[in-house]
Amino acid sequence: MSALGLTAPKGRSLWDDARRRLLKNRAAVAGMAMLGLLTLAAAVGPSLVPYGYDQVNKTDVWLAPLQHGHLLGADALGRDLLARLLVGLRVSLAIGLVATVVSLAIGVAWGAVAGFAGGRLDEAMMRIVDVLYSLPFIFFVILLMVTFGSNFILIFVAIGAVEWLTMSRIVRGQTLTLKQKEFVEAARAAGLGPGAIIARHIVPNLLGPVVVYVTLTIPAVILAESFLSFLGLGVQPPMASLGVLIAGGTQDMELAPWLLVFPSAVMVAVLMSFNFIGDGLRDAIDPRDR
Amino acid sequence: MFRFIGRRLLVAIPTLFAVVTLAFFMMRAAPGGPFDTDRRLSPEIEAHVLAKYGMNKPLPDQYLDYLAGVARGDLGPSLKYKDKSVLQILKENYPVSLKLGASAMLLAGLIGVSLGVLAALRQNRAADHGVMAVAILGVCIPTFVTAPLLVLALASKLGWLPGAGWNDGALANMVLPVTVLALPQIAIISRLTRAGMVEVLHSNYVRTARAKGLPEHRIVTRHALRAAILPLVSYLGPATAGLITGSLVVEKIFNLPGLGKFFVVSALQRDYTVVMGMVIVYAALILALNLVSDLIHAALDPRVRLA
Repeated sequence: MSALGLTAPKGRSLWDDARRRLLKNRAAVAGMAMLGLLTLAAAVGPSLVPYGYDQVNKTDVWLAPLQHGHLLGADALGRDLLARLLVGLRVSLAIGLVATVVSLAIGVAWGAVAGFAGGRLDEAMMRIVDVLYSLPFIFFVILLMVTFGSNFILIFVAIGAVEWLTMSRIVRGQTLTLKQKEFVEAARAAGLGPGAIIARHIVPNLLGPVVVYVTLTIPAVILAESFLSFLGLGVQPPMASLGVLIAGGTQDMELAPWLLVFPSAVMVAVLMSFNFIGDGLRDAIDPRDR
Repeated sequence: MFRFIGRRLLVAIPTLFAVVTLAFFMMRAAPGGPFDTDRRLSPEIEAHVLAKYGMNKPLPDQYLDYLAGVARGDLGPSLKYKDKSVLQILKENYPVSLKLGASAMLLAGLIGVSLGVLAALRQNRAADHGVMAVAILGVCIPTFVTAPLLVLALASKLGWLPGAGWNDGALANMVLPVTVLALPQIAIISRLTRAGMVEVLHSNYVRTARAKGLPEHRIVTRHALRAAILPLVSYLGPATAGLITGSLVVEKIFNLPGLGKFFVVSALQRDYTVVMGMVIVYAALILALNLVSDLIHAALDPRVRLA
């Protein structure tokens, strides 16, 4: 910086700094590259594979990888593993994303309102969160799935409804500090109502910690869906998700270990890239923790 | 302190109440019932069975009956296992889950804290990087991946350990499930311990202890560790929840007669009373562990005053 001498240095926003730190973090960059590849594969892959994900091929039962054009082999019904894996990845990523958006919406709204309102309302809303925290939530998700049968939308809602608690705590904490800031006072002086202040001034400033938490929520959601699918309560076959595939692979692992190994590897790759990106983002946006 | 415990117990009652209420009505909202069979029961028999279990009353009355039972410590009869009460089922299967969970937590605590301390003492050196790499792997590989892979390798291929079954909790049968449950916890615990330790080792009072000429092992064990594991203690509550989640899957994979396996089956069969009993037990366990972790926290940190 001193090399610039007398010329005025170009201003750098906090976000510029954060991006610079993020791009210097090799693990995070590797995670982003990996996630990019996986997303691309999930998006276009299924239409490139010559087999359909639910296409039964009687002659190809238990086929090992690299035979008959089955790059990753075939399962007990002769279905192509690669095709199923790509569709399963697509489903898992989609669930991760949508359920996270659900939890994001609830968490941010709840936390921002509680933090901004303060007083009794805040107390009551956070007490509700405390109570919900001490529930054995996996049981409630299971009950939900059992009660209403497994359908796609419900999986989103059930998992999203579970994951918003931490988000609301983070958002509330941030809101408590934000609402003391001058720009909020200025907005109030300008005659803005509380709803508009929350939407226009508080929420946009919550972006940093929320972004970090979102990248950590997505893998948690993918994991939760897989747990459910593993217990037979999530996505239903012949539809595939990473959890469905791993559960199926577990049953057949003695005969056809590839049915377990490949889906597991993809699952680990997905979780790892999100965790790397999340950790990198946290270090980049909130460098105090390092 | 007793006032603190008392107040927490008082808060626990409405929480448990909320759990019971939510679970009760969710369970009853489910289509189907415990007495649905392939062959339809004749209406007379069905009415008789329903009357026997008090299920012919309106739902709010059944709810009040159930609450009254719970308050007396009576969780009712199982609707599917004809001659067993819910308490009996819990008594038979709970010890399995408990033994599994407690062993895993103990193992994870010992290994995780040791690894975390080691990493912090060798900060930014090979040992540190090694431990943190393992920790990241441990977080990213879910139990339902490690469990079948370990079974495949150590049980099916090498035949060193039994791949499934409980066998009255024989050591050989415990090794795989406990390892699988402990791995992710080891990862998280070592990360938390390392973070806490790194911070504490740079604090003033540790420098004072060094200046006093205390031997390093004494500084670490007596002075630094105590403060460094505070975040870990707060993690105890959620960790238990994680173990429970994990054990649902682990009990299924290893075919263990614990509660986790029962839960899903009972929920699918609409065995209302058994499901309710398990929800209550787990909720109570989590509440109790949260309380214990707060108490340990206060015992370790003189700045925390319980009031």
